[in-house]
Amino acid sequence: MSFSVTEPSSRMKWLAGVLVIAYALITLMPLGWIIATGFKSPSDAIAYPPKVIFQPSLEGYVNLFTERTRATEGMLEEAGEPQTWYDQIVRDQGAIISGPSRYGQRFLNSVIIGFGSTLLCMVLGTAAAYAFSRFRVPLKDDLLFFILSTRMMPPIAVAIPIFLMFRNLGLNDTHLGMILLYTAVNLSLSVWLLKGFIDEIPIEYEEAALIDGYTRFQAFYKVVLPQAATGIASTAIFCLIFAWNEYAFAVLLTSGTAQTAPPFIPTIIGVGGKDWPAVAAGATIFLVPVMVFTILLRKHLLRGITFGAVRK
Amino acid sequence: MAQIKIENLRKDFGSFNAVKSSTFTIEDGEFFMLLGPSGCGKTTTLRMMAGLELPTSGSIYIDGEEVSQKPASQRDIAFVFQMFALYPHMNVGKNISYPLISQGMPKAAVKKKVAEVAEILGIADILNRPVGGLSGGDRQRVALGRAIVREPKAFFMDEPLGALDAEFREHMAQELRALHDRMGATTVYVTHDQLEAMQMGDKIVVMNHGVVEQFGVPQEIYDWPATKFVANFLGSPPMNFLDFHAMVGKGTDSVTLGETAFAIPSLLKGANGDLCLGVRPEHVTLDDASTYKGRVVAAEYLGTTQIVTLDTPNGRVKARVASSDKVTSDTQVGLSFDARTVTIFDNDNGRALVSKANEGVLNNG
Repeated sequence: MSFSVTEPSSRMKWLAGVLVIAYALITLMPLGWIIATGFKSPSDAIAYPPKVIFQPSLEGYVNLFTERTRATEGMLEEAGEPQTWYDQIVRDQGAIISGPSRYGQRFLNSVIIGFGSTLLCMVLGTAAAYAFSRFRVPLKDDLLFFILSTRMMPPIAVAIPIFLMFRNLGLNDTHLGMILLYTAVNLSLSVWLLKGFIDEIPIEYEEAALIDGYTRFQAFYKVVLPQAATGIASTAIFCLIFAWNEYAFAVLLTSGTAQTAPPFIPTIIGVGGKDWPAVAAGATIFLVPVMVFTILLRKHLLRGITFGAVRK
Repeated sequence: MAQIKIENLRKDFGSFNAVKSSTFTIEDGEFFMLLGPSGCGKTTTLRMMAGLELPTSGSIYIDGEEVSQKPASQRDIAFVFQMFALYPHMNVGKNISYPLISQGMPKAAVKKKVAEVAEILGIADILNRPVGGLSGGDRQRVALGRAIVREPKAFFMDEPLGALDAEFREHMAQELRALHDRMGATTVYVTHDQLEAMQMGDKIVVMNHGVVEQFGVPQEIYDWPATKFVANFLGSPPMNFLDFHAMVGKGTDSVTLGETAFAIPSLLKGANGDLCLGVRPEHVTLDDASTYKGRVVAAEYLGTTQIVTLDTPNGRVKARVASSDKVTSDTQVGLSFDARTVTIFDNDNGRALVSKANEGVLNNG
């Protein structure tokens, strides 16, 4: 029997496969449970022992997007026959729809703030990283350490000063305030990650472009950026995930106009009993954008993570 | 095409002095070599000429115009990098056309020009290929194509053959030289390979520690080095140095090593103290009639010639002699030097003493 240093034996591969699948199942279980709960009826959701097989229902989703009132006989008669399928679902609960819920609005806030701060973070981060990578910046090492050090404390440690600052600046519960805040928190990581990526791009490419008659900005834009795309994409994912999931600041600094989905979802519980399917539905929908974003950029992400591991 | 003049060029990186007051002139159409060991300032000098570094002081004239503080994009020159620096996100044709696009040349003209250049370089069939999968030689050709397509005033090349395989270098060196002869463009070429420099260059500047040691035609530099550094850097094996202590003056035409007098070209300048006699290995002959003896340490067979290493009272000597000569290790043999080719160096400053033989070379460089 021959052994190879680089090629593991088929038994090892099989074992590795089993381990990876087992790990994936364990990590995906809560996710699966949340998604399943979104399609259960409220009674199935709290059934004991827990139900794995159940009659799927869209009640959770309908409840998530609607405000409902418990209906009296008179009200039901007045409303007439249910017009739509979701109307029917609400009627079956003995209630009528009184209006749309605020979930859509909160979800949109999350999108605006999450993607907005990610975009801003990439623009500022790439510019700063490029400068740190290419130019002789006075006190470069100290500045880089200073930038990194902002990451060393838990951001929530400065929650109260930020709260006071935001109140005085009128940034409380505004989209701009949240975008600035998340950008500030993410920027240190972005600068460091992006600097690493840009360091890996040989400076000769830009120099070639300079000699070919392009200005420094054109060289940056036309030669460096396309090659930094991988790094920018993977950094953007990290930034988006943070901004999207952030809860503590969102609770503290937003309450209405600019409230994001994370602080809103738990409030669904309070509306007319413990509506777990609606909460689960909210969580499921909330997962989708980051998932789509990550899947779209997954090639970059994988390359980004291993980037620079091997010196060419 | 253009003449390039470098005057008192200096570059400091913080407290490190990379290039010290260099002055030389590159004539129009010359293939000019900047030669020196790594860290000698040759690449920095080239980068200053190209506009990729700004000099601390001094001037650079391209075609009579002072350009030392101008950005690279305004100097109308082309640069070939050691790692080629082909834009990885573009295909071969795009790479070559990129300098033309920056000038705003119309598309049809760009296409024509690229096709023309590709034809010259023999890469017409790979214009649509991505640069990622190309062989070293093809990358080199694409890099050259990108350089020549714009018909710049001068070509600057930073060790362009450094990234190629040994066997391919030879071929590419010839191709480069042929291309230069065909285009007649002023070319400045940086290398640390003395063979490459002598083989390809019309003129060579030898640099060391940021200083121009000597500048001239390859054969002059090889035959009449101005400093011990040059004598040692050029030639393989390098020039032999036999140390001795003496006082020499104007008109001295022989020096004594041990008991033996060696004829030398008549000196025009004297010196006193630690000197050394420099002689190329091919000018050393094994001569039993000579009273100057050396002990054979080793002999390396090189085909038509062999390199014989000898220990003499004044230091180790290598002689290039015919392979047919029989040499036995550990025996004493007599040595004589070709008197017309000897250079005397002053060990205190490493400079050659001016003699009748080298005055023509040393006084113009």
